[in-house]
Amino acid sequence: MEDVRLPNTPVDDIRPPRTSIGAIGWLRANLFNSWFNSLLTLVIAYALYQCIPPLVRWAFIDSLWTSTGPECQAADGACWSIIPANFRFIMFGFYPYEEQWRPAIAIVLLVGLLIFSQYRRNWKKYLFYTWIGGLVIMGVLMRGGILGLTPVETSQWGGLPLTLLLSVFGLTAAYPLGIVLALGRQSRLPAIRSLCVVYIELIRGVPLISLLFMSSVVFPLFLPEGVSLNAILRAQVAIILFTAAYIAEVVRGGLQGMSKGQYEAAEAIGLNYVQTMRLIILPQALKIVIPPSVSILISAFKDTSLVVIIALYDLLKTTQSILGDPRWMGFSAEAYLFVAMIYFICCFYMSNFSRKLERELDTGL
Amino acid sequence: MNDAMQTPTEETRKDDPVIRISGMHKWYGDFHVLKDINLEVQRGERIIICGPSGSGKSTLIRCINRLEEHQRGKIIVDGIELTNDLKNIEKIRMEVGMVFQHFNLFPHLSILENLSIGPIWVRKTPRKEAEETAMYYLEKVHIAEQAKKFPGQLSGGQQQRVAIARSLCMKPNVMLFDEPTSALDPEMVKEVLDVMISLAEEGMTMLVVSHEMGFARSVAHRVMFMDYGQIVEENNPEDFFNNPEHDRTKLFLSQILH
Repeated sequence: MEDVRLPNTPVDDIRPPRTSIGAIGWLRANLFNSWFNSLLTLVIAYALYQCIPPLVRWAFIDSLWTSTGPECQAADGACWSIIPANFRFIMFGFYPYEEQWRPAIAIVLLVGLLIFSQYRRNWKKYLFYTWIGGLVIMGVLMRGGILGLTPVETSQWGGLPLTLLLSVFGLTAAYPLGIVLALGRQSRLPAIRSLCVVYIELIRGVPLISLLFMSSVVFPLFLPEGVSLNAILRAQVAIILFTAAYIAEVVRGGLQGMSKGQYEAAEAIGLNYVQTMRLIILPQALKIVIPPSVSILISAFKDTSLVVIIALYDLLKTTQSILGDPRWMGFSAEAYLFVAMIYFICCFYMSNFSRKLERELDTGL
Repeated sequence: MNDAMQTPTEETRKDDPVIRISGMHKWYGDFHVLKDINLEVQRGERIIICGPSGSGKSTLIRCINRLEEHQRGKIIVDGIELTNDLKNIEKIRMEVGMVFQHFNLFPHLSILENLSIGPIWVRKTPRKEAEETAMYYLEKVHIAEQAKKFPGQLSGGQQQRVAIARSLCMKPNVMLFDEPTSALDPEMVKEVLDVMISLAEEGMTMLVVSHEMGFARSVAHRVMFMDYGQIVEENNPEDFFNNPEHDRTKLFLSQILH
């Protein structure tokens, strides 16, 4: 018992050992903390040394940015020129060339609205009216036919506007429909419940491609003679129906995660079914399922590219078709990298937004 | 008042029992949970219900605001009979407040929103007025400074006091308590019981499922003992604790009072 430290003796702060802080400390802790990890670090460093320089040379040093096709064929590096040279076709497809400022403005408007809507302080009633107004303007711009704008048939729509149209409307319509289906699947009324179960299981059991085929090939057979439904609209409906089934199952998971006590407390203060769901259950259940719903929304966004099989020229298809041009043949890597970047920006934006939303909605329970 | 035709005048209503249960039975599947329950609760009366677990005491009070459905017999609350009629159920739920064992606050809403959501949506009270009422009751349960916080940031005892205030905001005639202190840490039981005692002093009609025998002695008009779905014995607290009639009651009391 002689070795008792006096509790009141102050000990001065001293710096930690040099090997545990700073760059050396970080390297030791993260890259060389055992012989196996040191080996891995060296192997990976060698692999990177082999890959990165040629990639940089191809993509930046030897690359061409503003040349013509034949000049590209002669060069070694990447031919990024394919993008600026065909930019407007990639973006707008067969939309009449002189009128392409219209979809361009529509896209800017849409992106602006989306950015504006991401802030929760803007989630007021006027946001709804702003969207209605925005959509009407976008519709007028795209279609034309009034205000002296040349009419443009929907069959000429393509590129990025088409991709955004299919995904934004697909996702915004599929989400509420999915919620209704999830609630229906939990309904006490057997007819409603079985209807929802059959719908969800039927749609989930079929690939999106076959739904798109059905919408373009089978569905018109049921329409009376002379009536035809727009191809984009049919694809849009197929995407909505498909995505809604997946959303429904995710939302159902969230609903099942809710404790019975929440329903009882809501009922006990006199809230009716609709109020209970809207004010108490769904806000909590939907918050729980933000991560899986966003996964579904992201994959649905990418799945819109499947509309190529029913001959719609979305962003991926317009890109693919410029590669058929003999002047630009063989530069698919560059073109697809560019499209991949557009898709990535959109998806990354969605997943970032979802994480931000999760943080904001976190109330500590 | 045009509805003076259907409802008795204030004077006679005051003397009527606020809850009248007669010949009520309930089954869970084949299991007979409640057997021939007959109970009248006068306005301002405070009843403590105790009994072993599974004896049906929680189920009994949950039948009163239709969280559970009874299959036979009658339950009349404030002159309204509980049937499958949703309108009646909604009316009764407005008049009957309930406090749960696990508080069941809404975790996504602030304390103030937890309290004002019922008045705003059910009673259609203007938001400002509902929030003023909410603050009034939060003061009463000594927790007004937490109004902007979320339930997850409060201790169990504080949450239960918020839950009591939430029910009071609906201005109920009857308050049901389903084991309100059973899920609390021992040092928090008193703060909740204190709130309940002050509520009792104001003359609130209360039905409390609880094993807090000290509380029962000090506030109850009647103590009921339930076992196997029946009301075995009921008496004033004095006689109930000192001279229990039935052997089952004696056994139960000896087990919880040590």
